[in-house]
Formats: sequence, structure tokens, C-alpha cells
Amino acid sequence: MINLALLILFLPLLSFALQIFFGRRFEDKKGEWVSVGIQFTTLIMSLAMFVMMISRNDPNFSLEMQKSWLDLGVFKIDLGVYIDNVTIIMLNVVALISSLVHLYSTAYMAGDVRYSRYFGFLGIFTFSMNGIVLSNSLFMIYMFWELVGLSSYLLIGHWWEKKSAADAAKKAFITNRVGDIGMFMGMMIIATVLGTFNFQLIADRILDGTWASNAGMLFGGIDPHKLLTIAGVLVFMGAVGKSAQFPLHVWLPDAMEGPTPVSALIHAATMVAAGVYLTVRIFPFLTADAMATIAFIGGFTALYAATIAITQNDIKKVLAYSTVSQLGYMVMALGTGAYVAGFFHLVTHAMFKGALFLASGSVIHAMHHSLHKLDDHQTDPQDMRNMGGLKAKMPITFGVFMVTTAAISGIPLFSGFLSKDAILAGTWTYAANVHDGWLANLHMAWILPVFGFGAAAITAFYMFRLIFMTFYGEAKKPDIFKHIHESPKVMTVPLVILAILSTFIVFTLPSVNPISDHGWFTEVVQSPETAVTTGAAFDLEHFEHGMHEAHVPAMVTSLIVAGLGILLSVLVYLLNKISAENLATKLGALYRGSLNKWYMDEFYINGIIRPFLKGCDAVGRFDLEFYDHYLINGWGRNTKRTSRGVGFADDLIVDGAVNFSGIIFQWLGWTLKFIQTGKIQNYLIFVLIGAAVLFAVNVY
Amino acid sequence: MDHLSSYLVLSAILFSLGLYTVVTRKNGVAILMGVELILNAANINFVAFSKFVTHTLDGHLISVFIIMLAAAEAAVALAIVLNLYNNRGHINVDEANALKQ
Amino acid sequence: MADFIFWVIWILIVVSAGLVAFGKNLIHSVFALMGTFLGVAGIYIFLNADFLAVTQIVVYVGGILVLLVFGIMLTNQISTAKISQSSVQRGLGLLVVLALLAILLTALLSHDWVGTTQPLAFEETARGIGRLLFTDYLILFEIASVLLLGALIGAATLARKEL
Repeated sequence: MINLALLILFLPLLSFALQIFFGRRFEDKKGEWVSVGIQFTTLIMSLAMFVMMISRNDPNFSLEMQKSWLDLGVFKIDLGVYIDNVTIIMLNVVALISSLVHLYSTAYMAGDVRYSRYFGFLGIFTFSMNGIVLSNSLFMIYMFWELVGLSSYLLIGHWWEKKSAADAAKKAFITNRVGDIGMFMGMMIIATVLGTFNFQLIADRILDGTWASNAGMLFGGIDPHKLLTIAGVLVFMGAVGKSAQFPLHVWLPDAMEGPTPVSALIHAATMVAAGVYLTVRIFPFLTADAMATIAFIGGFTALYAATIAITQNDIKKVLAYSTVSQLGYMVMALGTGAYVAGFFHLVTHAMFKGALFLASGSVIHAMHHSLHKLDDHQTDPQDMRNMGGLKAKMPITFGVFMVTTAAISGIPLFSGFLSKDAILAGTWTYAANVHDGWLANLHMAWILPVFGFGAAAITAFYMFRLIFMTFYGEAKKPDIFKHIHESPKVMTVPLVILAILSTFIVFTLPSVNPISDHGWFTEVVQSPETAVTTGAAFDLEHFEHGMHEAHVPAMVTSLIVAGLGILLSVLVYLLNKISAENLATKLGALYRGSLNKWYMDEFYINGIIRPFLKGCDAVGRFDLEFYDHYLINGWGRNTKRTSRGVGFADDLIVDGAVNFSGIIFQWLGWTLKFIQTGKIQNYLIFVLIGAAVLFAVNVY
Repeated sequence: MDHLSSYLVLSAILFSLGLYTVVTRKNGVAILMGVELILNAANINFVAFSKFVTHTLDGHLISVFIIMLAAAEAAVALAIVLNLYNNRGHINVDEANALKQ
Repeated sequence: MADFIFWVIWILIVVSAGLVAFGKNLIHSVFALMGTFLGVAGIYIFLNADFLAVTQIVVYVGGILVLLVFGIMLTNQISTAKISQSSVQRGLGLLVVLALLAILLTALLSHDWVGTTQPLAFEETARGIGRLLFTDYLILFEIASVLLLGALIGAATLARKEL
């Protein structure tokens, strides 16, 4: 099992090495299929692990192997692999999305300037994500975390000749770094207090009281419980960066500058999932306050990003903001303690969001070809206002879009409904039962279901808006429309596979009830025991029970709000009963705010970056105008004046003395120059004589 | 043989002979030989103190590093000597006095 | 017996090192140097340093000495086996070195080593050295490896014809 896992980990690295060192030579000779083959091999291996897991049917299964990596006596770091059911499911998701993206890319990226390098980068991206999934300690996760950051930088900036792509890559990297600083500090707090990075050991040592006894001593008498909250929130900051949570979400929409299959990989299975996965891993040692913070950030992000997605016209931007929103859902679920629901949504979301991105790629691909035929380089192939009526020309893409949109909107019979419903039931239960954490203390816990249901309604609205604008109605640009045709098989096959995986039956088996909240998933994944004994938000059994009770009311409410969203969308964009322009003018400020992403980028530029640069400027000007002008130059002017006076005196008295001593030293130098032979051995003798004298003084 | 002083005296003599070689020889390679004598004298001291006084292996480790250093030094010094020979046709150190100016 | 061997080695070292320092023929000096190195290896054995003794032979006799011989052969026209060498500032050098030696010896012998020190019985050292090398001395070990790499590159660069 461990060996299988290590193979899954390192095969993509092999693919990377092969493509980087030999890829160029085999570019015209189908060299990319080596990478595709390697990726599908890992998929088969992960599936084997999956089958073993299902047949074992043991929620408490875990395996760990570690080797000492750096041993400096007192300071010791181990690297190791930890496998449990969550790991196995995650490995499958990564391998599946990655191999489908590889396959899809062979057509989508055909003829690209850096074709082989692109496949190499996909390999290292998959490698680093597998590393995060398999690691057993915070330290190792951090290493692969940075590798993911690097490979995302490489892939987002794949077309670096375009300034916007290069900027987006930098933005993603730097924004992530902000979160990583927090994560690093959190890691270091934990390691300082407990002396380990290992997840299992951390949980054990918090449970047996090591934390409580060490924390106060090491951190100046701080309340250990508070320190644990701080450490948890700091580590979670890493997830805020990688999983694009408010306020560090700004990199994700810009990351759409990368090739579309890369967007699918980043946003469905790898990079953004890493943050949620990290939160899953640290879940056992989150305190009630930390969880309230996480839930609030997640919930706010879910609603906030959804409101932006409404007004975007770029097809990929809509999907990008919907990703941010859905990630907010997962994070909120983990924060409310609905561990299984949060991770479940990560998996279902990976399937339907992967499909959505690849399908949008298919549309963009078609638009691109059409524009290419017309020799039109001005029109934006990603703008939905240039599309319309594509349903007839691209039936497979349309079908996939329809299925996955239904899934993300939470319509029964599709996977998104199951996971979303579980999350909403979780927030409902949290609001009803929670008795600790700052949200509860401020009596604000009900804000989480409001965030959740609000985001659900808006999600349904904007996703159907996307469908109606793209696939229904009149073709807005008939000459472009003429040349549109369905994408090749290597692109549509991954789409169809992912669409099939977005149906309910895949996740509810062995039950075939489309609204069941039990299936193989809930059999193998169960909430871990929390290590925080004092001040837990609620006891787990009570919570599970509450989840079950909230299931039906949450489901009904979510169906109603989703239905309202879809209805509004149909009225506005399909039947044109309500004019979108009228709505926009009526809602003036709100519309403009959403269209401009609530001015978050402007806030960063005007609120942080500009003032900082201005501060630098001001300090520089102070230096130049005050310091240089008055102090340095003024000093100079005064000195010049004084010098002139002193000069006269110098000429007469001092110079005479100087010349006299000059003569003396000239004579001395002439005499002494015979010692300076330039021979190293003479000098050595002198040194030895000196040493001998010193020793002699000491000894005698 | 069981007295520290016999080793120390040996090391002192070896050191002095090495020093004399370094100071008086003209030939670059011969000077290098003197340096090796000095290093050997130091090694004997380290190991002797390790046996008689500290009773730990640290002296041995320092000696290992010194031997390693001597090897590196010999390689670089011989490269310099070869270079000197290529440029001047001899390796007499006392004539390499361009430093004088 | 062991005592006898010890003093033989002791004298061998002093005599051969003297030959290195005072010998007229460079080739003789090099071979005398080999005697010194082997003698020091013997001393290491008396000092319980089995690992160092072997290292001494391998590195010094097998490596450095060969390098020195190469250095001599590459820089002298060898027609006969006799390469005479000359010395500078012999009188002054001898004086200073003898003074230093005298100071060293007085300092050494004025201390009562016998009363204060205790010889250690023999134990094999390779295992211990290896363990220390990868724990307490790990950083030093890594730095040494970088230094060796630097010396390697430096020597290769310096020895090239066109510098």
C-alpha cells in the first residue's frame, strides 16, 4: 500500500523530468503521450487503492511510514507518508482530474510553442499536489505547499509573452506568500510547544496535556487555549491563500490567464483543494474560536464571490468566482464542524467544476478557431456577449454544461445537491446547537445559514445565466457562429466522464435514493475525534444527530432558494420578461460594485500598495530635499567657508611642520625599505621572531 | 610510550623541522613538504591529547578534517607551483618577489 | 618490545624529518618524507587511532606524496635522479627555529604530565568517528565537502595553460 502510494507520488515527477530533459526532441513524435500514459497509470493505481478501501470498509483505517530526514541531535525532522481514507479519496480525485486534463490538453494545446514543457509542468504540479495529500506532517505539507505555489506560477505564466499572464502568475505567487507567512508562524508555534510537526503526534500531545503545560511556559504565561486558537487560525491562513478565501482571493480570477485545462486542474483538484485539504488535516486541533473564524471567513467568501459572479461577462471569470464561492462553502462546512460534508463537497466539486472548466475550454477553443478563420484578432473569444445559440452546434459540450450546472446549483439527482445539502444542514445544526466560539457569544451564529442559502440562490442564478447567454437565444455574432463546430473526441471524452461522475448515483451507492444522506462516502469518511477537550463548540454525537434532523428542512429550503434563483434567471435571460439593463440601472451602486468585484483589487492597490509606495516616495523626498539639501550640502557649504580661513593658517604654519616631518619619514622609509624584500620567507621569519618573543614573555 | 610528554616532544621537534623547511627552502615543492610536516605535528598533538586527557573522539575528528584540508591544500598549492613554472620556468619562491614593487 | 618499537619509530620520524629539512637532494627529501608519514601512522597506532593510521597512509602516502613527486617531476628536467636544491637565510632561520623549539620544550617539560593524565585503553574508533561525523560534526562535514569541491575546481582552473 505504501509502495503504491509512493509510486503514485513520484511517477508524475518522472513525467516532469522526461518532458523537461527529452520533451523537446520528441515534440513531433507524440512525446506527450508518455506523460498521458504515466498519469493514467497513477489513476489505475489510485483506483486499486480505492477498491481496497471500499472492500475494507473501515472508517478508522490508517497507515503511516516515516523516515528521519534531518537529524542534528536536538533538532530532528521526519518525512513520512500517512494514508487514511481521506488520503485515498483525494489521491483518486487528483489522479482522475489530472489524467483527464492531460488527455484533454493533447488537443487543446496542440501546436503550442512550449508544448512539451507544458506537459512537464502539469507533471510537477500533480507531483506536488500528491505530496500534500500524502504527507504526514505540517513540515512536509509546507514543502509541497511551496512546490504547488511554484508550479502554479509556472503554469499560470505559461504564456508569459502576454504581460497580463506574467502579472497574474506573479500575483498568484505573491498573494499566496502572504498566507504562507501566517501558516509558517502557526507551524512554528506548534513545533515550539510540542516539538513535532507530525499530525498524529500533535493531536496526541494536545490531548495528553503537553500543550497545556508547555504553552504558558514558552510563551510568557499566555492562556494555552488562546495560543492554540492563534496557532490554528495562523495555519489556516495558508489555506486562505491557497484556497482563495476572502481577503486573499484576488489571485484566483486573474489566474484565468493560464491555459484553460490548467484552470480546470488548479480549480478543481489541485491547488485550491490544497487549502481545504490542509484544513481537513488540522481539523482535530481547532478550537471553537478558531472554527468560528474559519466558518465566518468561508461563509462570507461564499456569498461575496457569488455576488461578483452575477455580473461578469467573461465565461471563465464567472467560473472562477463560482470556484471561490464553492471553496467558501467547503471552508464554512469545516468551520461548522460538518467535516464529512466539507470534504464531500470538495470531491463532488472537483468533478463538476473540472467538467465546467473543460467544457468552457471547449467553447473557447471553438470560438478561437472560428475567429482564426475570420482572421479576427480583436474579438474576445471568452466574452459571453459574443456567443449565444451554441446549443445546436456543440451538443455534447452543451449536455455536459447542463448536467454540471445542475450539479453546482444543487438540483436533485446530481452530486452537488447531496454535498451542498449536507453543508447547509451542517450550518443549520451549528446555528441551532453551538454554545462556544465568538460567533455564538455574539449571537451571530445564524448568519452562517444566511450566507449559505444566499450563496445557493445566487449560484443557481448566475450559472443558469451563463448557460442561457452562451447556449440559448440568437447567435449574437452570426459570422462567428457560422464557423463554430464541436471539439474533437479527446476533448469531449473527458467532459462526458466528468459529467457522468457528477450524478448522484456515483456517490450514494449502494443506496439509489437520490436524496439519501448515506452512501459509501459517509461509510468510509467519518469525522475524526477532536483533540481539543476544553471549550469544544459542541459534542460530536449531538451534532451528528442534529445533522440528521436538519437534513429535511435544509433540503427544502435549499430547493426553494435554488428554484427562485433559476426562475429569475429564466425570466431575465431566457424569456427576456425582465430587462437586465433595467435591473442594472435600478440597482445602480450594487451593480457597479459587483461588476468591479467590490473594488477589492482597487482597495489593495489604493489602500495598501500605493500608500506604501507613497510612503517610500515621501521618505525619499525627505532624504533628497531636507537631509541632502540642508544637512549634507549645508554642512559642505559651511565647511568650505571655514576651510578657506583655515587654509591661510595652514599654508604658513602647518605646512612647514608637515614638510619637516615629511622629510623625516622619507629618510625613515628609505632606511626601512631594505626590510621589505618582497620575499615571503623573510616576512615569515619576522613573524616567527615576534611569536618567539611573545611566547618567551609568557613562559619565562 | 605511555607518557604524553614523549608524544609532545616528538610533535614539537617535527613542528620545528617543518618550520625550518618552510623558512629556508627555495623550492616551492620543498616548502609544501615543510607544511605537511607541520600539519602532521599538529595531528599528533590532537590525537595524543585525545588519548591522554579528554578521552573522547573529538581530537580524531579534528585530525580527519586536517588531513582532508592538507589534501585540498596540496592540490591547490601544486596547481600554483605548476602555474609558476609555466610562467617563469622555475619554482624558486625567493625569486617570486613581484610584491616588492 | 612495544616500547622498543615505539622508540624506533620515534627516531625514524625525527631522522627522516631532519632529512626533509636539511637534505641536499630533493628526491631524497621526498622519500624521507614518506618515512615520516609512515612513522606518524605508527605513532597513531600507539595512540589508539586505528582509523587515523589507515587514513594517514592512504591520504598522505597514497595521495599527497604522489602529488608532490608529480610536482617535482613536472617542474624539473630530470636527466639524473639528482635534483639539488638550495636554501636561503639558513643561519637566521636556524636561530629562530631553535629558539622557538627551546621555548616549546621548556613549556612542555615544566608541566607534570604524568601525574595529571591517564591513558585510555584501546577501542576501535571507526564507528565512533562515523557517528560523530554525521551528528555533531554534520555541518562541518558539509562545509568540508564544499571546500573540497572548491579546491578541486580551483586546482583545475589554476593548472590550465591559459589562465
